[in-house]
Amino acid sequence: MQHLDGNVLAGPASELFPSEPTTTRGQCLSCSDIATLAQAMVYGAPMGYVVRCRGCDGVLVVITEHDGQTTVNMHSLRLLSEL
Amino acid sequence: MRRPPVGWFTGSLVRATSLTDSARSLTFSVPGWPGNLAGQHVDLRLTASDGYQATRSYSIASVGPDTDVELAVERLPDGEVSPFLVDDLEVGDSVELRGPLGGWFVWRPEHPEPVQLIAGGSGVVPLLAMTRAHTDARSTVPMQLLYSLRTPEDALYRDELQQRSSTTPTTWHYTRTVPPGWTRAAGRLTPDDLRSATLPPERGPLTFVCGPTGFVETVARGLIDLGHQPDSIRTERFGGI
Repeated sequence: MQHLDGNVLAGPASELFPSEPTTTRGQCLSCSDIATLAQAMVYGAPMGYVVRCRGCDGVLVVITEHDGQTTVNMHSLRLLSEL
Repeated sequence: MRRPPVGWFTGSLVRATSLTDSARSLTFSVPGWPGNLAGQHVDLRLTASDGYQATRSYSIASVGPDTDVELAVERLPDGEVSPFLVDDLEVGDSVELRGPLGGWFVWRPEHPEPVQLIAGGSGVVPLLAMTRAHTDARSTVPMQLLYSLRTPEDALYRDELQQRSSTTPTTWHYTRTVPPGWTRAAGRLTPDDLRSATLPPERGPLTFVCGPTGFVETVARGLIDLGHQPDSIRTERFGGI
């Protein structure tokens, strides 16, 4: 499946992030890579969003939107302060 | 950075113009729209009469505080939303728009670095917005565009980009068909093309790359091979159904 990147999460994640999601930084708990959410790889849009590390391809977060409800399942991501 | 609130707005189509055989500029009047930066996008939601909803992301071609929001949409052959927007949406029709969205793939006039823009196909839309912002701000920061497209007929906003050639020059690159008299044969962007048509790493440019996933990844790798710092390259991939 063709992947996109974390820019596409700006809308779906906007209700759960207090600040701009795409410039929020995170660290992959598997490989320790630090990147902004915009730099992550995203699979499955627009049905849902499986967010994978650009470095090790590990699943960081899974985001789903359904009937106006947004769910974020954190798998392997430590959120850091925004850039 | 704090952001203005992101909400859903109702946009009413006020202008529609054909850009190519497969792409259309759509300008919506969006009461309450807080304005947007160059490079931001919207999520556009359509609701069918049976309640079925489909949402897709589209880059914003317009920039600034205006409440008229211009999108440029290309018809994807198997698309669920884009054929409707390109072929069927009529002036006066309404859609729902969430935005303005994004803060990473954004150019602000206060950025001091020279700017290299690299577009693949309809990935030119957010980069066009950046050239508009550069013009509106009367910026003196160097900004130039490398625009890769299949054929001359696929060009979006050609006249506007050419009118802006003295301040934000465009290098045109054709992958399938070239115009008559063109010296470069049609073909994919090569490392040599990237080297000759983009700002070199020594000038410390901020580089924005937007296009289909394969294009973006090839170009980003090529830029790193040329010596650009990965963090100086901002990418936005598009595709989908």
